[in-house]
This record gives sequence, C-alpha cells and structure tokens, in this order.
Amino acid sequence: MTADIQHAPVTRSYRDYAHPLWRRLLFTREAAIIALLVIVYVVAALTVRNFAAPITITYLLLDVATILLIALPMTLVIITGEIDLSVASVVGLSSVTLGTLHQAGLPIEAAGLVAILVGALAGAINGFFITVVGLPSLAVTIGTLALFRGLAVGLLGTTAVTDFTEFWTDLAKSKIPGTPIPSVMIVFVVLAIAFAVLLHFTPFGRGVYAIGLSSEAARFSGVRVERTKFILFVLSGTVAALAGVYYTLRFGSARGDNATGLELSVIAAVLLGGVSIFGGRGNIPGVIAGVLLIGIIGSALRLANVTSDVINIITGALLVASVVSTSVLAWVHRKRIGAGIKKGPPAPAQD
Amino acid sequence: MTFSTKRAGSLAAIAVAVALVATGCAASDGGDGGSGGGDGGNLAITFLPKNLGNPYFDTSSKGGKAAVDEFGGTFAEVGPTEAAPDAQVSFINTLTQQGVGGIVVSANDPEAICDALNEARDTGIKVVTFDSDTNADCRDLFINQATAEGIAKVQVDTIAEQIGGAGEIAILSATANATNQNAWIELMKEYLASDYPDIQLVDVVYGDDDDQTSFDKTAALLQTHPNLKGIISPTTVGIAAAARYLSTSEFKGKVALTGLGTPNQMRDFVEDGTVTAFALWNPEDLGYLAAFAAKALIEGEITGEEGDTFEAGKLGSYTVGEGGAVLLGDPYVFDADNIGDFDF
Repeated sequence: MTADIQHAPVTRSYRDYAHPLWRRLLFTREAAIIALLVIVYVVAALTVRNFAAPITITYLLLDVATILLIALPMTLVIITGEIDLSVASVVGLSSVTLGTLHQAGLPIEAAGLVAILVGALAGAINGFFITVVGLPSLAVTIGTLALFRGLAVGLLGTTAVTDFTEFWTDLAKSKIPGTPIPSVMIVFVVLAIAFAVLLHFTPFGRGVYAIGLSSEAARFSGVRVERTKFILFVLSGTVAALAGVYYTLRFGSARGDNATGLELSVIAAVLLGGVSIFGGRGNIPGVIAGVLLIGIIGSALRLANVTSDVINIITGALLVASVVSTSVLAWVHRKRIGAGIKKGPPAPAQD
Repeated sequence: MTFSTKRAGSLAAIAVAVALVATGCAASDGGDGGSGGGDGGNLAITFLPKNLGNPYFDTSSKGGKAAVDEFGGTFAEVGPTEAAPDAQVSFINTLTQQGVGGIVVSANDPEAICDALNEARDTGIKVVTFDSDTNADCRDLFINQATAEGIAKVQVDTIAEQIGGAGEIAILSATANATNQNAWIELMKEYLASDYPDIQLVDVVYGDDDDQTSFDKTAALLQTHPNLKGIISPTTVGIAAAARYLSTSEFKGKVALTGLGTPNQMRDFVEDGTVTAFALWNPEDLGYLAAFAAKALIEGEITGEEGDTFEAGKLGSYTVGEGGAVLLGDPYVFDADNIGDFDF
C-alpha cells in the first residue's frame, strides 16, 4: 500500500468517493437497515392486527430500552475490534447493588449512584485486563461475565428486593405527557447524541475507527490505543449499570439473575445495525435502527401469534444474512473494482 | 459498493416484508378467530407458562387445552424460551393488545410482571396464576397446587402403608434451612405423633438438593440405622438420588422410599421395584382447574372473592379460599399403575 502511494501520488483516485455525497450517504448499509425498518413497520401496521395502535410504540420502546442504552457504548467497543460480553452481568450486579443498598436504608438516589459506580469499576476491571495486561477482550469478558453474575447472585441469593419507592418505579414506567413515548427515551436520546458526537465528531472517535481498521497504524499515527480502549470499557460498564438501575426500577425487582443473556441481544442488534465484527466500521444511527428493527419484528410476530422459537429463528436468520451479506458485498465490490482498474492496487475493503 | 448494497438491502427488505405478511395473515386468521365471538364473554384464554419446552408446563397446558375445548373457548399458549424474570412481560403486553379474555400464568417473578398484569386487568382481562403466584394484588385468582398439610400427610400415609404402620423411618431433606421442607417436616412430625405412634422418626439428614450429597447421605443413613424400614425425601433431587442408591444396593425392596418426585425422574425406579409410590400434584389437573377458573371469572360467575364457588368440569366444585387462592386438592400419588400416563 505505502509503496503504491509513493509511486503514484497524482493519478491515485478513490472510486468509492467518485459518487456525489448524497449517493454516498443514501446508499449505505445503515440506510438499507433504516429503510428495512420503515418497510417492516409499515407492513406490520397494515397486516398485523393491533400493531398500528399507539400503545405498541410504548411497549416496544420499553422492551428495547435496556438494549438501546447498552448498544451505544457497545457500538464503540466493537468498532475498535473488541467486544464486551459482560454487560448483562453488570446489569445484574448493578441491580443487586441498588437492591441491597436500598434495603439497608440508603435512598434510591444514593444507592443508584453507587450502583453506577460499581458498573464503572466493573468496566475498569475489564479495561485493566485488556489494555494493561494485554489479554483478548473475548476471554476477559467471558470471565467477568461469570464473575459479575456470580457476585450478583451470591449477594442476594434466590431472594429479590422489591420494596422500592413508588416515585422512582412510577417514573421508570411513565410516559412523556401527551405522547406514547416512555420517559426513559429522554435519557436515551441524550446519551445517543453524546455517543454520536463522541464517535463521529471528535478526534477520539476518529481514533476509535482507526484502532478498528488497524491497531498498529493507529498507534503510529498517534492514537493512544490503550487509553481509548480503557475509556470505552469503563463507559460500557457505566452505561450497563445505568441500564441496570433503570431495569430494576422498571420491573420493581432487584434480582441476581436479572437480564441474563441480554449481552447477546445487544451484540446481535449492533451487528445487524451495520457494525463490523472485525472493527473499523459502523455508526450510531445504524445501530439504533438495528435495535428497533429486532424489536419491531419481535413485537409484530408476537402479535401475530408466532411462537417465540420461530421469532428466534427469524431474528437469527436475519442476523446471519446481514453478516453474510457484508462479506459477499465486499467480495463483489472487490471484483468490480478489480475489473474497473485493471492494473490498480486492490481497493481497501469497504464493508 | 453502493449499487449492490442498495439492491441487496431492498431484496432483504422485501423478503422480510413478505415473510411478515405471510405469517401475520396466516396467524391472525387462525389465532384470533374466536376472540370476538361468544355471548357470555370473551373465552379466548391464553396460557403463559414460565417457559416453553418444559415438560411440566406442557402437561399443565395439555390440561388447560382440554378444559378450554370442553367449554368451547379458544385456547392458546405463548411464552418465552427461557424462564428469565422479565421475559413474560412482553408476552403479557401482547395479550393486552390482542384483547384476550383471560391470561393463565405461572410467574417467573412475583413482582416483575405485576405492572404488566395490572395493565391487562385494567382493560378487562381476567388473570389467573397457577403453580407460581404473583403478589396477590396483581391477579384475580391463584390456583394452588397443594397445601403444606396435604403434602406432609400424603408422604406419611404412603410410607406408613408401605412399612405396615410400624418401625423406624428417616427423612432425607434438601438444605437445613429450606423453608418449604422444614415446614413440611414439622407437620410430618405432628402427624406421625398423632396418627402413627408405632413409627419412629430416627433421623433427619440434609442432601442440600445436590445429587451426589443426597446419594452419600442415603448410604450413610442406611449404615447408621440398620433397622431402618423407610425413607421420606420431600425433594425431587433427594428422592431420585436415594432411589438410585437403593436400586443398586442390598436394601432394594427392603427399605421403602417415598417423597416428592416427578414421573420422568422416578419411572425406572418404579418399574424396577425400588419405589412403590411417591407423590406430587398433577399438573394436568392444575391446568384444567386454572382454565375453568378463568372461564368462571370471564363469565362473571365469580369475582375472586373468598367464598365464591365455581364448577370445574370433571374435577367438581371449588371454593375460593383466603387471599384469592383455590386449592387443587390432595397431592397426587404416582405408582406403577398410573406413571405411564404422565410425561413430565
């Protein structure tokens, strides 16, 4: 690559950028997912009984709220080429922390804050093993998945704490007055904007992409790779703990096994939203569309009396198709570029 | 990438849309057929077990379906694939939107599904819990499978019959602080003292609901008490481990064993003669009764108040007890004659 650039500094042209901006924005994977989301929504509203009612939106958003929140930092983590499998266990740990502290007499505000700090600490533990010790994130977070869940279940056993102040549990379930939209979406929108700005409009965010494309190259370009990853894992733990506090208040029940298996739903939605599991590619709007798409399909199929096994098969197949399509399209793209520029260098893989 | 991505994207969109239309139409034609009709109320009753693919709940849903078919309602079963605390919420919400007549649910968490159930009840849906209750203010009725007294009595009666009403017995329990088991053991002691003075309870040991520990404790029990004539194990883990030990030991057929077990766990030991009879409730009857309770609520025959009475088909007449609970009846005794009828 470097050699080519030295030899042909002038004639080098990027076919990917040969199209006008609007085409490049419109015909992307994220745009395809958003289009799919709209189509599925319209089709479901027209064909599935009771789907068009406004209450669907309330239930749907309440259903996916936890996944939406956790998906934000997870997007950044996966773009760097890492993964955080411990998020659902952090939800459980924060839920139990909130529950036990509240039971011990702490007000919910204080107990919730401690729970979020515990999440940040859990993220820092992940970050320490990954960036300082240098272990792969897959191995580390599989370990902490079991560790944090074990702590959570160990702290509360098989009991549950349920006596939360009604003000907070009501708030967690409330809707924005006059709309069918749950209030928690305000928190989500604020966080989504923050993460989108962080990822798309700051040097830190460019560093995240650079790490995902090539950790070595990023390091040589001055990106502080370890520091960036560490911050991302702390963010992931913190947001997961926040989601855990919300989850606990919404269901009014702090249990060690809360949100078991949620990490897979989050990662599935992030990948469906166009983030590459190999890192370096994806964006926040796509991920939000991915989460909503899985939510809408589940909601519509449940209303159509499709059993949960079949719903799992359909969402699973959709996920596999979306991941496979990326690789196939990348291959097709390389073929086309190869045919266009006979003697040119191999184009960088876009997808 | 642009053109091919677009084409693939729209292909995928069309494929999903087509699939959705196909399943949506097919399912709503079949599933919602009966929900609108009926003059005495909306007899669309949906069972929501803790999770699907669980033989115990397959059996209870079978009973529920038989009942719903009997009174001409529409039966459906939905549920999560895993018994997570919050997993039932989205299904309850869906049923609320569909406007079913009644939900019959076994709660994964007494608190987590409360709000969803109350929202359903606000729209006029009747909620019956069975097997595992929610908080009492989130449902109309709870169908209780058995009382502590009934569970204690059936086990003592069974062992007494098998050992001829006299001799030494021991209990193999779960953990030393297991609330249910300890309550049952206390009641068993009282019942033994009052009705079977010739039976001595010589020991209570704890297998911690762990297969290997229970196995070892059984062996130790038989060594320590050579005159032991019978063992009661009021836990499904304990009884299976004890049966496994007895079936391969010299005590097989000499020391009686009973307790609480499931037919699938105990089938081999009943067939090879290690165990004559053991007890549990009948989940099929439980589902059957729950469906009839839902019907009685939907048709306004009862409101769930204490003292209300309703008919439950072949099971006869039931009265609502304290706290909106309906008791299924005495525990069910499984033996070589009837174990073949059950698969859970």
